[in-house]
Order: sequence, then C-alpha cells, then structure tokens
Amino acid sequence: MTFVLTEDQEMLRETAMAFARDELPVTRLRALRDDGKLGVDGEARGKLAELGFFGVIIPDEPGGEHFGLVGLGQILEAQGRSIASTPLLQTALIAASAIQLGGTEAQKAEWLPKIASGEATFSLALDEGSHHAPANVSTEAEKNGQGYKITGAKRYVPDAHHADVFIVVARTFGDAGQTHGLTLFLVPSNAERVSIQALNTVDSHGAAHVTFDGVDVSEDAVIGGVDQGWDVLEPVLDRARIGIAAEMLGASQAMFDMTLEYLNTRKQFGQLIGSFQSLQHRAAKMFTDIELTRSCVAAALAAVDEGGNNVGELASLAKARASDLVHLVSNETVQMHGGIGMTDDHDSGLFLKRARAQEALYGGASFHRDCYAKLNAY
Amino acid sequence: MAFGDTETLEDFRKETRAWLEENCPPAMRTPMTDNEIVWGGKRESFTNPDSKVWLERMGENGWTAPEWPAAYGGGGLSKAENKVLQEELRRIKARPALFSFGLWMFGPALLEFGNEEQKKRFLPDIVKGKTRWCQGYSEPGAGSDLAGLQTKCEDKGDHYLINGQKVWTSYADQADWIFCLVRTSTEKKHEGISFILFDMESEGVEARPIKLISGSSPFCETFFNDVKVPKDQLVGEVNGGWKIAKRLLQFERSSISAGGFGGTGGSGILGPDEYAKIHVGTDSDGRVADGDLRARIADNDMLRRAFFLTVQRSQEQAKAGMEVGHTASILKYAVAKMNQERHELMVEALGTEAFGWEGEGFDEGAMKATRAMLRAKGNSIEGGTSEINLNVIAKRVLGLREHQ
Ligand SMILES: Cc1cc2nc3c(=O)[nH]c(=O)nc-3n(C[C@H](O)[C@H](O)[C@H](O)COP(=O)(O)OP(=O)(O)OC[C@H]3O[C@@H](n4cnc5c(N)ncnc54)[C@H](O)[C@@H]3O)c2cc1C
Repeated sequence: MTFVLTEDQEMLRETAMAFARDELPVTRLRALRDDGKLGVDGEARGKLAELGFFGVIIPDEPGGEHFGLVGLGQILEAQGRSIASTPLLQTALIAASAIQLGGTEAQKAEWLPKIASGEATFSLALDEGSHHAPANVSTEAEKNGQGYKITGAKRYVPDAHHADVFIVVARTFGDAGQTHGLTLFLVPSNAERVSIQALNTVDSHGAAHVTFDGVDVSEDAVIGGVDQGWDVLEPVLDRARIGIAAEMLGASQAMFDMTLEYLNTRKQFGQLIGSFQSLQHRAAKMFTDIELTRSCVAAALAAVDEGGNNVGELASLAKARASDLVHLVSNETVQMHGGIGMTDDHDSGLFLKRARAQEALYGGASFHRDCYAKLNAY
Repeated sequence: MAFGDTETLEDFRKETRAWLEENCPPAMRTPMTDNEIVWGGKRESFTNPDSKVWLERMGENGWTAPEWPAAYGGGGLSKAENKVLQEELRRIKARPALFSFGLWMFGPALLEFGNEEQKKRFLPDIVKGKTRWCQGYSEPGAGSDLAGLQTKCEDKGDHYLINGQKVWTSYADQADWIFCLVRTSTEKKHEGISFILFDMESEGVEARPIKLISGSSPFCETFFNDVKVPKDQLVGEVNGGWKIAKRLLQFERSSISAGGFGGTGGSGILGPDEYAKIHVGTDSDGRVADGDLRARIADNDMLRRAFFLTVQRSQEQAKAGMEVGHTASILKYAVAKMNQERHELMVEALGTEAFGWEGEGFDEGAMKATRAMLRAKGNSIEGGTSEINLNVIAKRVLGLREHQ
C-alpha cells in the first residue's frame, strides 16, 4: 500500500514528531536567531545523530534494511512542523542519495557511514542565479593533470556556512543551460581557495555564497560520470523536492493547527471568531488543500522507494502543490490572527519567512507547473 | 456459476479472468459513449444490444454489486476478492455494466437500515438493473436546508397518503421507483422526517422534465397528489428518516468523488491540453504556445491528480481500518472545483470553436465540451452545495462552533 505506513515507519514517525515537539520547538529557532547563530545548531545535530535520523535511507550493510524515503519523509515533516534548522535535508537526503546513486564503492565506504553517524554534513552547491535553474551552471571544472580545477560562484547555498563537504555541480563540457557536460564533485569546505560568505537570511536558517577560485580536486572526487552529472543530479533533485515538500506540509499543518486553535479561543462581537462563516470556509478550504497535498507528498515518497518511473512527475506535483499550500496557509495564518499575527513575538512571522524560502528552494510552484506540463507533453 | 468455493485469491483471479474472457462481449471492452450508458429499469432501451447481454451476465453473478450479500442478489465477495474483480475488469477495459442510483446510494443505505423483507424485495432488482431509482429529497423550499422539507405523509390506517412536491429530481421521468423524504410530523424539524419508497407509476405521481442551461433535461419537478403507499414501504422508524437521509448523502458524495464526474471517455471530448495544442498552437518545442494558459492547465491537472491520489489514500486507509468519514465532504468540494475549472479550460482553449450549440459546422466533441462546461456548473450544487460542504468540514471535521 502506498498510503498506509508500515509499523516501523509509524514508530519512526511518532518518535520524530515527539522529538520535534519536545526538543526542536519553534522557540529554538527563535533563540538561534536572537543569538545570531544563522541557524547553526550543533546540539540538535548531535541529538539527531543519536536518534539515527541521518542514516534513515542508508542500509546498515550493503543491501540491508532501511526506512526508505517514506521514513525520512516522516522526519522531515516533523521538523517542518517547527521549521527547525537541521542538516537533514542536505545531508541525510541529498548527500546520502547522491552518493548511493552515483558514488564509487570507495566513496560509499568512506562517506555513507559518516553521514549515517552524523559525523559529516554536506551542502549541495548548485544554483548560481536568483532562481532555481539546475542546468544553468557556469562554474567550470577544468581538467588539470589527473584532477580538476574548479572556478565559479554559487549563491544562497543552503547549509554552506556550516557543512563539512560540498557537492559542487560544475561544468566540464558545453554551455550554461545544457544538461550534458555537468559533473558533480566532492569538495571539502575547508579546501584551499574556497571562500564562504555566511548570510543572515530572512528565514533565520542562514545560507552562504560560495566562491571557488581555482580549487584543486582529484579525480576521486567525481560522483557519477564525468559530463554525466545530470544522471545523478536529476533524481537527487527530485528527492530533495519531495523532501522539502514534506517539510512544507509539516509547516502548513502546524500553522493550520495554531490558527484553528485561535479561531476556537479568540472572541469578538461576543462570538468565537471561528463561528464566522467567512473564516470557517477559508479554514475548510485550507484543510482540503492540506489533505490533497498530503496525498501528493505520500505518493511521491512511496514512488521513490518503489522505484517508480513517475518520480519526476510526482516530485513536481508535490513541490508545486506544497509551495502553493504553504504560501496560502502562511498568509491566512497572519490574517486570521489579526494584529498579533504581525508581531515578532508571534510565531506566524517565523513560519511566513521560512515559507518563502521553502517555496523557492529547488523550484517554486511555477517552475514545477512547467515541469509537469513538459512531462505530460504540453 | 458459483464462486463460493474458491480457495485462494489467485484461484479466484484465474476463474474471474477466464469468466470475463468468455462473457464480456468485445464491444463492451471499448470506451463507453454517452448514449450507450445503461441505467437499467423498465424504460432502458439498450442502444447497444451487447450492453444488455453484459448487464444480464454481470447481474447474474451479482457483480454489479460485488460486495453485497448473495442473499440479496449481490456478489457476496470479500473486499479482497472485489479488488481482484475490479483489477480484472480494468485489465480488459470493461465498461461498467450499470450506472445506478440504486447501486451507489439507495442500496447501501437500505442494507444498513432496511428490514429483511425490504432488502429481499428491492436489492436483487437493483443488482440486475431491473428497477431504476430516483432520489426525492429536494423541494422548492428545502434545498440546502433539506430538513425543512414539507411533503406531507399521513397515516391512513392501512396505508400512507402523500401530498407535496419535489424538485431537481434527477431522471424522475425515467425512474421506476423513488426513495423519498417525507414529513410525518410537524412537531420537530429533523425528527419529523421519514424515509419512504414508492412506485413512480402510482396514481397521483407526475414528473415534469426541467431543461438545464446545457440544453438537456436530466431532472424534473415531481408532484405527488394523494399518492397511496403501502405501509411496509417505509424504511426504519416513523420520524426516524433523517439519519438514513444523511447516511445516504454520504454514499452519494463518496460515489460522486470516486467517479470524479469522470465523463465517459469515449465521448469525443479532448482534454484541455489537447485542445490548447490544436487551437492555440505550439511553440518550436511542440509545447502549448500560451505559457499562461499552459500553466493553468498544469495547475488543474495537478489538482486532478491530487484529487485522485486522495481518493486512493482514503480507500487504502479505510481498508486498513482507519477512520475516513471526514473525507466525503472534502472530496466533494474538491471534485466540483476541479471539474468546473477543467471544463472552463477546455472552452478557453477551444476559443471560437467552443461557440457551437447545435447543427452543422461544428466539431462534435467541441460542442459537447461546451455543454459539459455548462453542465459542470451543477457540480457545486448537486449532492450538497460547495458552501454546505465547507460548512460540514468546518463544523464536523474541524470542530468550529455555530454562530450564536
Ligand atoms: C444537476 C443536479 C441534479 C440534482 N439531482 C437531485 C436529485 O436527484 N434529487 C434531489 O433531491 N435533489 C437533486 N438536486 C438538488 C440539489 O441537491 C439542490 O439543488 C441543492 O441541495 C441546493 O439546494 P437549492 O437548489 O434549493 O439551493 P439553496 O439551498 O437555496 O442555495 C442557494 C445558495 O445559497 C447557499 N447557501 C444555502 N444555505 C447556506 C448556508 N447555510 N451557508 C452558506 N451558504 C448557503 C448555497 O450554497 C447556494 O449557493 C440536484 C441538483 C442539480 C444541480
């Protein structure tokens, strides 16, 4: 069954929900922000590692059991509920996927255990412009003896200000815009001639601009085939889109729960504001959208684990619908709270700011509507 | 043919496959067309003779109502067996043998609330498509506020006497029998309603077709003038009809959702993306040239996909024993929006090609698309309006309070 969790997955979901509620509440993000931490939370990272959340899609042994992306999706949904800043998406999902899908045996042996234990964190250094455009890569990797020299700049790279290793998408052939000619490289963040400009972003999760100024890497650093990076990047991005959609679903549900509670407590005109039909209908529509999006996210997660051939389509479906959902719910949350929703003390603003970053990451709704149309040949 | 002794699901699949191979006429494995839909009943004319054979054979097995007990003419299949049957039917692209309010709404309600004699009397003829039923709920003064209905039902000792008027009664002029909500007491609003059944040929029943904006006349004003109804045709308790009425509405909303207002596939109507490619044109990559229209079509396609995934999710959850009662109103609200938008997009993509009403000079499919767009306006009205469904979600699902 696609939509009913296994007992193990259900237990993982409960653990993750309880953990996010008790250990990663929104107050934690607020405190990180107020302390100028740019979303970096070493303590939370340690606890996530103890729980084994970094290795959810990595089998203990080659071919062994694991929870799959459905399992990781539950964790991401849970952390989405409190818009927690953690390395899970970049490391447990993106890096673990990239290395499993494209890595050599040596890379797998070196990195998968370090990912699973939380020892190494990663960051995908891909986009160079202000909109997600994964083939629009100008950063060059020039052949240099046995290795490569990477030159270029990546902008607003998530987690780049605290990751240990970058997965850099660089061009070894062709021109920006072409999918052929891309190559993925593992580059330590402390490598020479890498410069990292940490950014204080609106969502308090932080990010960084990263510049590669002739960075030397060896042949062993290549993930997947030279010039064939797209073959790894595309499925990895689809998974990332599904993962962030799960987070957005969690955030939307959390905002909705908060708003529903307010509708059931705040009184005006001697009535609970939740008894006004104009608000009831808007709440009912939001709930309908949440339920529909939940089905899309669940179907997309399951399709990855089942090795379905429609993952790209479902990824675009999940990401587009979750982006529209979190957009709507974040706006309605502020509106239905009235003046208090505009104050910094209230959580709705934190959710709203995070929502806009989530929407843009790995393609917004219009990007994915276009992908969906293209995949359906119109 | 008896299937009761089937040992395992795999055996059942084999037998079913073999039976379908032999018994489903080839013509019944092609996409359904609008005028070949079989609604059954005395007036059914079977435009395609093969559809009569197909209905008879399916009805004989009880496979038009696979999970109803065999004692009432149903297939007596378990959920798992029915799933196999549906898969096998889909595999050969078999048409539904029967479209029927009896199967979708009335039968499931009677199974829950009818007495033994009523079930034995009415269910087998629904399964076989011999009796066609219509739904006598709405009245001129009682639409969304259904419990405000006034059609009077008096106890005359050895029979009931019914006087009043229903409206929007779909296919009342085609139906053999009606399941009807009537007022048996004026003391209380909800607890004065009873659920009663009678023959549309009874003395004093008159159905007058009403023409819709789409040009067709699928529903009627229905008048009852001193209609005598035998007492054993009242279902449940006197004044206890409201809970049956509500349950039936759930079945109605679920069946609307399960079908997604799907149209019939073979109707000649194309999808909005196809109309856009033909009539708006394509760019050098072969894509719909109008990017704004293309995005809105994709958005609607995604809503459609999300909708069908949610139907599937709710079915799987129900099978796993989870509570899914709340989804009926959500899906009913969503399907109306999705279907209306989709048809508007078809008309928009067709441009002036959508202006045809009747006669020569127009594409058949395009003309149907325009009428379908008009017909779809009813999707947010029939089976409970969208506003009423939003009320239900807000109050019963989300627990928001009544305005004081
Ligand atoms: C194609 C079609 C087929 C039908 N088939 C059948 C049938 O077979 N049998 C049958 O019995 N009926 C049938 N109906 C009738 C249908 O159930 C009613 O039309 C429907 O319940 C609405 O009632 P009404 O038309 O009286 O509108 P009204 O109830 O008068 O509604 C008018 C408007 O007011 C809104 N409104 C009403 N109350 C509220 C409220 N509390 N809050 C917010 N808004 C509200 C409604 O949403 C609507 O927009 C059919 C209708 C259609 C369109």
